[in-house]
Amino acid sequence: MEPIRTFDGKVAALPINDIDTDQIIPARFLKVTDKAGLGEALFSDWRFNSDGSPKPDFVLNQPEHQGSSVLVAGRNFGCGSSREHAPWALVGAGFKAVISTDFADIFRNNALKNGLLPIAVDEETQQQLFSLVAEDPQTQVTVDLEAQTITLPDGRQVTFPIDNFAKHCLLNGVDQLGFLLGLETDISAYEDSHTARTQTTAV
Amino acid sequence: MTTVNGQQPQTLFEKVWNNHLVRPQTDSAPAVLYIDLHLIHEVTSPQAFTQLRERGLKVRRPQNTLGTMDHSTPTTPRGLDGIIPVADAQASAQLDVMRKNCADFGIPLFELGTENQGIVHVIGPEQGLTQPGMTIVCGDSHTSTHGAFGALAFGIGTSEVAHVLATQCLLQNKPKTMAIRVDGRLSEGVVAKDIILAIIAKIGVGGGTGHVFEYMGEAIRGLSMEGRMTICNMSIEGGARAGMVAPDDTTFEYVAGRPHAPKGADWDAAVAAWRQLPTDDGATFDAEVVLDADALVPMITYGTNPGMGMSITDRVPDPDRMGDLSQKQALDKALRYMDLQPGQPLLGKPVDVVFIGSCTNSRITDLRLAAQMLDGRKVADNLRVMVVPGSQQVKAQAEAEGLDEIFKAAGAEWREAGCSMCIAMNGDQLQAGQYAVSTSNRNFEGRQGKGGRTFLASPLTAAATALNGVITDPRQIITERELA
Ligand code: SF4
Repeated sequence: MEPIRTFDGKVAALPINDIDTDQIIPARFLKVTDKAGLGEALFSDWRFNSDGSPKPDFVLNQPEHQGSSVLVAGRNFGCGSSREHAPWALVGAGFKAVISTDFADIFRNNALKNGLLPIAVDEETQQQLFSLVAEDPQTQVTVDLEAQTITLPDGRQVTFPIDNFAKHCLLNGVDQLGFLLGLETDISAYEDSHTARTQTTAV
Repeated sequence: MTTVNGQQPQTLFEKVWNNHLVRPQTDSAPAVLYIDLHLIHEVTSPQAFTQLRERGLKVRRPQNTLGTMDHSTPTTPRGLDGIIPVADAQASAQLDVMRKNCADFGIPLFELGTENQGIVHVIGPEQGLTQPGMTIVCGDSHTSTHGAFGALAFGIGTSEVAHVLATQCLLQNKPKTMAIRVDGRLSEGVVAKDIILAIIAKIGVGGGTGHVFEYMGEAIRGLSMEGRMTICNMSIEGGARAGMVAPDDTTFEYVAGRPHAPKGADWDAAVAAWRQLPTDDGATFDAEVVLDADALVPMITYGTNPGMGMSITDRVPDPDRMGDLSQKQALDKALRYMDLQPGQPLLGKPVDVVFIGSCTNSRITDLRLAAQMLDGRKVADNLRVMVVPGSQQVKAQAEAEGLDEIFKAAGAEWREAGCSMCIAMNGDQLQAGQYAVSTSNRNFEGRQGKGGRTFLASPLTAAATALNGVITDPRQIITERELA
């Protein structure tokens, strides 16, 4: 994974609470066995009519929002299923960060493993971003992962939390599977002192 | 503070968590948690195996891993050749990849159409693989189901599926705990599904984020294992990744004698250990919610997330009466999608489909409840009623009891095992604009088919609705029968 440090991103807004992963990517797109092309299915049922034509009033279809890389959304973003296809679709469509007041647990974990930053801010900042984007669709923010800040167009800096390990991995492009594989001694020691509970291969 | 045997009192969750720490959490790294059982299915595992192949890795513990096919599998009745036809080429390719992955990496697979195949959260308990005190994961958010046994069970993403395949471990930050106490007793016509719908209506779909639930209280103790599974299943709909119930005699009786249950002296040792798992007196939770089962009536959802639920006798709420603006907007949007009016009752509302199935409510007791309601009656005209058993084992048991005959005689479809219209990946789906009463767990926009509209309810409410063709309070049918 590519390390992330800072980036400027144009913001698109979806001021809707509890956006679930079935909206982010509907289940019928989950029959793939790789990650290719999922960006095109992002928010498919909100973005396209049944005949495949784009719905002009949906934010990601509006010309002024093309090239957005930061999504600001209502609270509890990413609730519902564990499908990692949701962050894959967001990343595939060019997003690098999602800003909300809070995220569903599995979505947050999945996002972090794919270099998509889940940025939790207070409600006031979230509302300010909604208004800024409504006034000026070209609104940009600067995200600084090292400093854990986003900088709004008026220069205001807002800090966001991220756990130390996830931050370290993102900043240094560390792959978590590699980290776990490095713990072989600890894992073997655990296995030696705990007998396996069940054998799926038996019976 | 009180101590037990010189130790701090611990919750059920803490005991299971601590027993599985390969490394505790530190400031710089999450805990490394050992996983006892890893369940996989065709939809969320392919990219994980790709990662293993790219890095030349093996599956560390195939003997603690089990695959099934459930999400994109057809549930249409078998052909004369006994084969269940897969109509969709993409789904068929996905199933082939699953077969190849399991074969290449030595993982046992419950293949489509074979005697043990079924929904991943139905087969684990059924085989006796799900046991108290274990850690269980699957690339599927309803893994919370297995918590009914006092296991710590939660859904993970595909990257984490690869982590577990390769190392049998996960990096996890320790969640908080929430006690959900359900006191009192359920009245006739009110079942486990109504309890969990009421809990989620109370706390909201984000109410449990960051927490593991422990369900407790008289009403929970009084439930069968299958009822407890229904409740734990929907923990994720309240935002919690996991929900647990302390193991007790009900749990042990359910596990005993199943294919993978410990036997003989091992069984006695296991039960003795399991009896140590329940939360100690004096242990504390980070939050607590209390619900009164005596006051519960059948529940139904009216909106587009499982938190938008109400008593079946209530009226659809009015967005203008919502305190918070974003809640008003959410309700407005949901009612527009559902094409419902504020103040409208749902009782008497015509529906197009009744779906009885899913990992929430497709076990034998669920099917028995539905069959009791339908026995000797006909479902309404112009209504599609689908009954989809959760596994081939459930299907066989139901057929041994003659439930299939009751469903068929009533005019319902009796289908093969799988997720089916819960997720609408396999061709079983609502048409745009159709209404369904469904025993599944999610009423999100389009969940059961693009443009489809879902009312979540219990198997009793679903079956009562099937009889009348309109949303029906199951207590009404029960009373009519008693009077007849
Ligand atoms: S039945 Fe529905 S919720 Fe359960 S595993 Fe299948 S798709 Fe998921």
